[in-house]
Amino acid sequence: MNKDKILEVKELKQHFRTSKKSVIKAVDGISFDIYRGETFGLVGESGCGKSTTGRTIIRLYDATSGEVKFNGVDVHSLKSKQEIKSFNRQMQMIFQDPYASLNPRMTVKEIISEGIDIHGLAKNEKEKTDRVHELLETVGLNKEHASRYPHEFSGGQRQRIGIARALAVDPEFIIADEPISALDVSIQAQVVNLMKELQQKRGLTYLFIAHDLSMVKYISDRIAVMFAGRIVELADSEELYSNPLHSYTKSLLSAIPVPDPDYERNRQRVVFDHDSYNPEGATLREIKNGHWVLCTEEEFKKMK
Amino acid sequence: MDSILDVNNLHVTFDTYGGSVQAVRGVNFSLNKGETLAIVGESGSGKSVTTKALMGLVAKPAGKIPKGEILFEGKDLTKLSNKQMQKIRGKDISMIFQDPMTSLNPTMKVGKQIMEGLILHQNQSKQEAKKRALELLQLVGIPDPEKRINQYPHQFSGGMRQRVVIAIALACNPKVLIADEPTTALDVTIQAQIIELMKNIQKKMETSIIFITHDLGVVANVADRVAVMYAGKIVEIGTVDDVFYNPKHPYTWGLLGSMPTVDSQEEKLIAIPGTPPDLIHPPKGDAFAARNEFALAIDFEEEPPMFQVSDSHYAATWLLHEDAPHIEPPEAVKRRMKGFSTEGDNKNE
Repeated sequence: MNKDKILEVKELKQHFRTSKKSVIKAVDGISFDIYRGETFGLVGESGCGKSTTGRTIIRLYDATSGEVKFNGVDVHSLKSKQEIKSFNRQMQMIFQDPYASLNPRMTVKEIISEGIDIHGLAKNEKEKTDRVHELLETVGLNKEHASRYPHEFSGGQRQRIGIARALAVDPEFIIADEPISALDVSIQAQVVNLMKELQQKRGLTYLFIAHDLSMVKYISDRIAVMFAGRIVELADSEELYSNPLHSYTKSLLSAIPVPDPDYERNRQRVVFDHDSYNPEGATLREIKNGHWVLCTEEEFKKMK
Repeated sequence: MDSILDVNNLHVTFDTYGGSVQAVRGVNFSLNKGETLAIVGESGSGKSVTTKALMGLVAKPAGKIPKGEILFEGKDLTKLSNKQMQKIRGKDISMIFQDPMTSLNPTMKVGKQIMEGLILHQNQSKQEAKKRALELLQLVGIPDPEKRINQYPHQFSGGMRQRVVIAIALACNPKVLIADEPTTALDVTIQAQIIELMKNIQKKMETSIIFITHDLGVVANVADRVAVMYAGKIVEIGTVDDVFYNPKHPYTWGLLGSMPTVDSQEEKLIAIPGTPPDLIHPPKGDAFAARNEFALAIDFEEEPPMFQVSDSHYAATWLLHEDAPHIEPPEAVKRRMKGFSTEGDNKNE
């Protein structure tokens, strides 16, 4: 793989003040790099901060501290309208809920072409229409769909519209926040295949956020596991699944239901004690090439 | 084995402005004592509507049961009045819903919600019911029940709320427990806990469970038998080994192939093309034909009957007809079958 970094996240923190006294540390100092052309999976249970991370990277939230460098430029220091606009064009997002993320009062054409208009990517009306039709075909819909409204589509089709909207401005990097968890199994496979195909054709880089671990493994090159606002383990997906080191990763992997009755009968579940886990003094350390684990100096020596 | 519930040729329709939606189109199955039957299928396949019919919860007047019967202890549940049904619901047959956030009453203490059924169905006094509620909270693994019984649902986490819902469903020792996607809204680790809990309770109380889900991994874990539904019909039914290791229906192949297994390699997932049919005007012939790459000419003309594969295993596909051409299932499915034939051949053929 080409080791050109498209995104560098350094000590990113996102804290939300809920009252005078309490602060929720949704993301509490995470660092990782994403290489151009790869799919980086981010997994963890609800509330671990994985969606907040995605939203902070794309500037939907202003980071509390830390930096996010996209193509070498810190996205949170962009000031001029021009810079922000060009950043928005390069990074797009696909949302979890295809029902809530499309405006019900806009036609599919209006939804998809909004970005084209904002960035002035089409010279005239005809060029815009052609582009929308082309995008619809790319995602497996057809041009008759352009004049319809979101409610006329099924969940899987709506998610395709969401993907077409993200592709409309020709981004390099797409954040997909649980793009398939609201879809049926047979439709999930369609959408995942589509995303893979688009990645190959257009050289896209994905940050794929999900809690379905078998799908994440299937689509990702590398995976980071998040727990309580921190990354506890990061490795190549093959390595992570065959050789998990952190006790939280182990418990998460052991809980994945596998569609194989024999396997299920002999399942051994690893239980992770959330309350007594104390990551104090632990930092992310590289155990072997490309495999990082959140651990203390002592644990590090043992694992190495 | 003794069956406790028999569903024969059940039809459910819903009147809409666009016409009558045939949500369930002739479903047959029986539920044995102490077993778990999983019903799988995608949204709109009629799995939830089937179980709503069992509970007498098909909303009138739009929803109707034009044909079929549901026999429970000799009584046909489709013929009972609402009053008679109330005596069965929550007592003999109870239900766990998908979303623990919305299936509890936010303005009532959880203890009271558990006691409600006990007081209503078993004429227990408040003290008796409270004692039983504490036992139930203990049974479903909620720590410190004395304190928890006086709390409101918002004070519980998602997994704990689902435990409360299970406690309510179990309060009157039901003979049949219907679980409609009970773990879909939960994280995997919590899901594993809830499933373990349900299995333990089943062992203790000999409850029969109908488990609805679209997650085949969960099915492999909980089910004794599996029914696969598509477009309002059961297309394949058999023991969990039959369906996972020797699937016969192309729709089942598609479902199994569309899920990546943790050790599956870089191959493309088998996606079932298209979307499910419109059930206002169900297609002629086999409803799955239009999405089925193995469809035969007859699939577009005539509906396939249930063919028997073994004593426990049935599937509705023309591919099982003796005149049908031999068709190899996709690679991902064949890999599963290998495991089956080494240990299952003598047993099944």
